[in-house]
Amino acid sequence: MEKVIEIQGLKKSFGKAAILTDMCLTVNRGENMVVLGKSGTGKSVTIKCIAGLLTPDEGSLKVFGKEVKEMDEDELKAMRHRIGFLFQGAALYDSMTVRENLAFPLKRVLKLKDKQEIESRSMEVLEAVGLADAIDKMPADLSGGMRKRMGLARTLVLKPEIILYDEPTTGLDTITSKEISHLILEMQERYQASAVIITHDMNCAKITGDRVMVMNGGRCEAEGTYEELENSNDPFIQSFFK
Amino acid sequence: MMPEQSRFSKTLFYIAEQAYFLKSFFRNAFKKGFEWEELFRQSYIIGYKSIGIVTLTGFILGIVLTLQSLPTLKEFGAVSYIPSMVSVSIIREIGPVIIALICAGKIASSIGAELGSMNVTEQIEAMEVSGANPVQYLVVTRILACTVMVPLLTIFADAMALIGGFIASKLSVGISMQLYFSKGLTILEYSDVLPAVIKTIFFGFTIGFVGCYKGFTANSGTASVGLAANSAVVNSSILIIIIDAIVVQISNSLFYS
Repeated sequence: MEKVIEIQGLKKSFGKAAILTDMCLTVNRGENMVVLGKSGTGKSVTIKCIAGLLTPDEGSLKVFGKEVKEMDEDELKAMRHRIGFLFQGAALYDSMTVRENLAFPLKRVLKLKDKQEIESRSMEVLEAVGLADAIDKMPADLSGGMRKRMGLARTLVLKPEIILYDEPTTGLDTITSKEISHLILEMQERYQASAVIITHDMNCAKITGDRVMVMNGGRCEAEGTYEELENSNDPFIQSFFK
Repeated sequence: MMPEQSRFSKTLFYIAEQAYFLKSFFRNAFKKGFEWEELFRQSYIIGYKSIGIVTLTGFILGIVLTLQSLPTLKEFGAVSYIPSMVSVSIIREIGPVIIALICAGKIASSIGAELGSMNVTEQIEAMEVSGANPVQYLVVTRILACTVMVPLLTIFADAMALIGGFIASKLSVGISMQLYFSKGLTILEYSDVLPAVIKTIFFGFTIGFVGCYKGFTANSGTASVGLAANSAVVNSSILIIIIDAIVVQISNSLFYS
């Protein structure tokens, strides 16, 4: 199976604080990989390294078979066209309407000029996330769950091959969390995208994850399917499932 | 993120970071895909929406300068010099500096807070990761809009100050409009106007640059948004005074030596 992300021995420090100590991760095409871990174990740093937002200190990080640190500016840009990133707070452009939020990457990244094409692509993703009625709303007028959906729509509008989810259900109630988790699964089926899902939410991990990885101290502690890890005898792994 | 360092290293790091930001501005200013629409939007926000405060400031400045100078000029029998004195001092020095400081307070703080808030809420990273160019969209447009609009606002404020000066003179000593403006404007020379306009271009650039730099480098947390706005005002105000001192020295050596 084609590996879209390959990470080996990744290290990243901020000042004296070593965040990633020996991170290893592999994601296959079309697969949802869930990354679990306590706060501060380097989950978000890992996906920011994958997106090229942070530069690792050591180790190998290949996306679509190409080493990220060896990419020049144009190659990095081209790689980012194929990657979507759903931020924890959705990171919607708050001075723009939902319509403008969706048009922004279409105009600048895909260089689309035809208003009708922009409109139809925007509506397609809004319908996919169930937000077609909110097209003229401002982000401030959306609820937490709607903001996440909208963030996902903006991520999907460029039809990415990999989606990086940074705690997609954090701050949401149980019902909305489940809805978002099912939406992630639906998007995987509909768009055939691979995904790295960072979460603390075990329900989300169970619903969305083809494979689950547990991080501890900046490295991979255990990896397997949800059921395999649930049946692990390791007390640390067990602590996530209790 | 900056590693733990000595104060000297931190200063060097800070200077290097600003130099890199400046280089990034110039590199992106000439890149393909210039954001004209955003430039016009920012020019409208920065220029048009500052007209009120600039009009009021300029107008009052002219009145106050006239009323403050009148008793002394009367003492020396030099009341007829009022129009020339007001016009030269407003256009050469007081107008550009006061308006730049007002703009630093209004515009640099607003840019610092807006970009700082976008930074904290990961909107800038979201732009970057989508493959769009946040420097070209957010920084280049704001700095260029400030560089163009601050000189225009200053020229407008100077005109308001002359009108304010005229009204104060008219009410105090009954000078006619024709005499006031002919005396006030004929005294002006090329060497009064040109350095003043040039320095306002630098002031505008400084306001935009400092606002954008502080916003772009705001740390995480809501407190850093306030800090970015605050330090944008303080730093740009200090730089305005320093630039003013340098331009005065240069223009003196060029025109009056």
